[in-house]
Amino acid sequence: MSFNLDSKIPSGPLAEKWDKHKFESKRVNPANKRKYTVIVVGTGLAGGSAAATLAELGYNVLSFCIQDSPRRAHSIAAQGGINAAKNYPNDGDSIRNLFYDTIKGGDYRAREANVYRLAQVSNNIIDQMVSQGVPFAREYGGYLDNRSFGGAQVSRTFYARGQTGQQLLLGAYSGMMKMVAKGKIKQFSRREMMDLVVINGKARGIIVRNLITGELERYAADAVLLCTGGYGNVFYLSTNAQASNASASWRCYKRGAGFANPCFTQIHPTCIPVHGDYQSKLTLMSESLRNDGRVWVPKKKNDERRPEDIPEDERDYYLERIYPSFGNLAPRDVSSRQAKFRCDEGHGVGSTKQAVYLDFRDAIKRDGQETIAGRYGNLFEMYERITGENPYKTPMMIYPAVHYTMGGLWVDYNLQSTIPGLHVLGEANFSDHGANRLGASALMQGLADGYFVIPYTLSNYLASSPLEKVTVEDNAFKDAEQAVKLQTSKLLGIKGKIPVSEFHRKLGHYMWDYVGMGRNEAGLKKAIDGIRKLREEFWHDVNVPGETGNFNIELHKATRVADFLELGELMALDALERNESCGGHFREEYQTQDNEAKRDDEQYAHAAVWEYTGQNSSPIRHKEELVFENVKLATRSYK
Amino acid sequence: MSSAQNMTLNLKIWRQNNNSSEGKLVDYRVENVSPDMSFLEMIDVLNNQLVRKGEDPVAFDHDCREGICGMCSMMINGKAHGGYKNTTTCQVHMRLYKDGDTIVIEPFRAAAFPVVKDLAVDRSAIDKVMAAGGYISANTGNAPDANSILIPKPVAEEAMDAAACIGCGACVASCPNGSGMLFMGAKVSQLALLPQGSVESPKRALNMVYTHDNLGFGNCTTHAECEATCPKGISIEHIARMNREYLKAAFTYHEKKRSEGAG
Repeated sequence: MSFNLDSKIPSGPLAEKWDKHKFESKRVNPANKRKYTVIVVGTGLAGGSAAATLAELGYNVLSFCIQDSPRRAHSIAAQGGINAAKNYPNDGDSIRNLFYDTIKGGDYRAREANVYRLAQVSNNIIDQMVSQGVPFAREYGGYLDNRSFGGAQVSRTFYARGQTGQQLLLGAYSGMMKMVAKGKIKQFSRREMMDLVVINGKARGIIVRNLITGELERYAADAVLLCTGGYGNVFYLSTNAQASNASASWRCYKRGAGFANPCFTQIHPTCIPVHGDYQSKLTLMSESLRNDGRVWVPKKKNDERRPEDIPEDERDYYLERIYPSFGNLAPRDVSSRQAKFRCDEGHGVGSTKQAVYLDFRDAIKRDGQETIAGRYGNLFEMYERITGENPYKTPMMIYPAVHYTMGGLWVDYNLQSTIPGLHVLGEANFSDHGANRLGASALMQGLADGYFVIPYTLSNYLASSPLEKVTVEDNAFKDAEQAVKLQTSKLLGIKGKIPVSEFHRKLGHYMWDYVGMGRNEAGLKKAIDGIRKLREEFWHDVNVPGETGNFNIELHKATRVADFLELGELMALDALERNESCGGHFREEYQTQDNEAKRDDEQYAHAAVWEYTGQNSSPIRHKEELVFENVKLATRSYK
Repeated sequence: MSSAQNMTLNLKIWRQNNNSSEGKLVDYRVENVSPDMSFLEMIDVLNNQLVRKGEDPVAFDHDCREGICGMCSMMINGKAHGGYKNTTTCQVHMRLYKDGDTIVIEPFRAAAFPVVKDLAVDRSAIDKVMAAGGYISANTGNAPDANSILIPKPVAEEAMDAAACIGCGACVASCPNGSGMLFMGAKVSQLALLPQGSVESPKRALNMVYTHDNLGFGNCTTHAECEATCPKGISIEHIARMNREYLKAAFTYHEKKRSEGAG
């Protein structure tokens, strides 16, 4: 079997591609839309906005979420903001500028056409969200306020205090609820997607587990939209929510969807450091803090003094020193790596020595505590609640943590995967961020996909391909359900000694140590080997108590960890095969003299797309060559 | 981070297999609790102990573990989210407790929130109230330029105060009447404050209150327990604004039935 990796990028000049494509796309007439049913899995920004919009257009939408309400999807935790090329501050921004920053920020490993479209629709998103009542920050004149984020030299980030993701998600959720009331969306909460059903080569349904009753349920549709987020929790500790998992994507991969660039993960530079074995998650401190906070370490190694006692000339403001033109707002991958270098060199602070300072002393002196509190008050409170330290008085201690995954299921320009009818939106796809995502671009992409891209591309799919009638009684549904049942009884039957979370924690150690911020050939091979053994151990000695017919939280965790144990290996393999450094993928063998990522555009200006070939055979690595016609491939510099 | 000694705690946890079975408090002992642990991490430790013994772990709702998703719940020593100012259960840290403490942990209790299992409850009634009007009817694609709607900064800030609601239901669980007026009032108030939302305000207030009352939520008698326990510090002023919207609407709002125009 070979993959069709036709990206379906429309011809013509970059700025006209999307308009041309929309014009050429087939449409479903309003009266016919009600004849189609669309499954949307996930209710984050991508899923929520897609479900609401498709329902408004007249499609029948079946929406699924893992939490007890669609309002709780993990998009809600995004703090800092959402980018758009409005150029309201008149500081030189434009669609082309946002496009360029995003391509460069992704270290030239994203598709030009997709990123340009993203920048084009970014402005519509802000308009849409304001019209839905999102209370964005305002200036005194009543106009919208902007701030700066990493990797940009303009202020293009719109925000609602430190809760931008929450406010945008509640906007999308409110749109969904409106259509739930109208009967156009049927919403199913506490459901977890367990498999994709493919009939005659097309995605036609899903199997879900009702997490309360344990029952498996079948749903059929004309198309399936996967909006299930990223897979950062493969690292065990990440900024993701506890239920965030890779299983929906992974099951689609096993059904024939290509998985692109799995090794492209984002390690966010400003998180509260790890402090104990029992720890279940890492908490992000918004990138917006770097607008005013200065990052530093003591110049002296193993300096035991309190930060307040270290004089100015004994501090190394290393981001300002190395990257004078971007300073503390250097992009995430770069900032994270520099923090790691400082700690590796022995300049780390705190009890674990795996932390650097983020200091607001100068900003408070300059603008006053009240102003700083107005900007970041809730973040400062959150920090104090977790650490017991007051960041107005002493610098925050921060360290990088896994935050986002740029890799994901491969999609073409229409957001369709290698399985016709299976569309993938938001973080779950690989499309727009290349090897590193810029801050405040995830919210933009999720909403762009859901509000402004999929409504057009889905109608084109539905109108151009005849779909035969299917029901949940078809054999494909029965077989898929049976396979899930088998896996469940296998897990419950092992009755080993070790709780699921122990395996997850061990997997996390392999991932963080060898597939994290610095990667090398020997380490990656070690990870692959270790993960394989761990997987074997899991299937022999995991302890999943209880039975299937009720709310079995250990069983829910076990199915997710079983998939993470496979995905982790693919990530390591992908990192091993990509013999270059780019963005968040830093292969220690490939670096410049001053420790920056060294790309190899000759060999690796492509997306690596993995094809599943069976449980006991190796996956095949395919390539989608990336063609750059509008930007010149250049060494990415923030100096 | 504190370097205080690890603790041993006695827990009394509500165990209930499902909505139709009876529940009871069961005693557990957890050792080696670090003061830097979060409350939910402490329960994780207990659950791992239970799993190792082959017992059923305690079911509880949780997700983001950073105080924003609204998934975690629990009454801790009789208070929703433990009763700490502006704090959700997932943000409660064990440094707030002492070695040897006994902690009683129960589910949110309200007529509108039936128990699912142990500490997890069904809060889908919140979604139903929202579906009755907690939105602006702005279809995708209709929006004018964002800066064509000017909103004074103080108004935007007040709307944001209300919009901060995470829909956790602590207000309902701590209200003697099991009322949902705070979470509902927060949404009605947020949208009533904004020019975009004020258009539909009368209809919204009427429909949401009507739905709320039918779902088994009680009425507000201004005990203000909700404001005291709300992890986002939402003020009961928003209930007052909702009441004004409701009253205005009750006197002035009548949706006239008109015949459809000819095509």
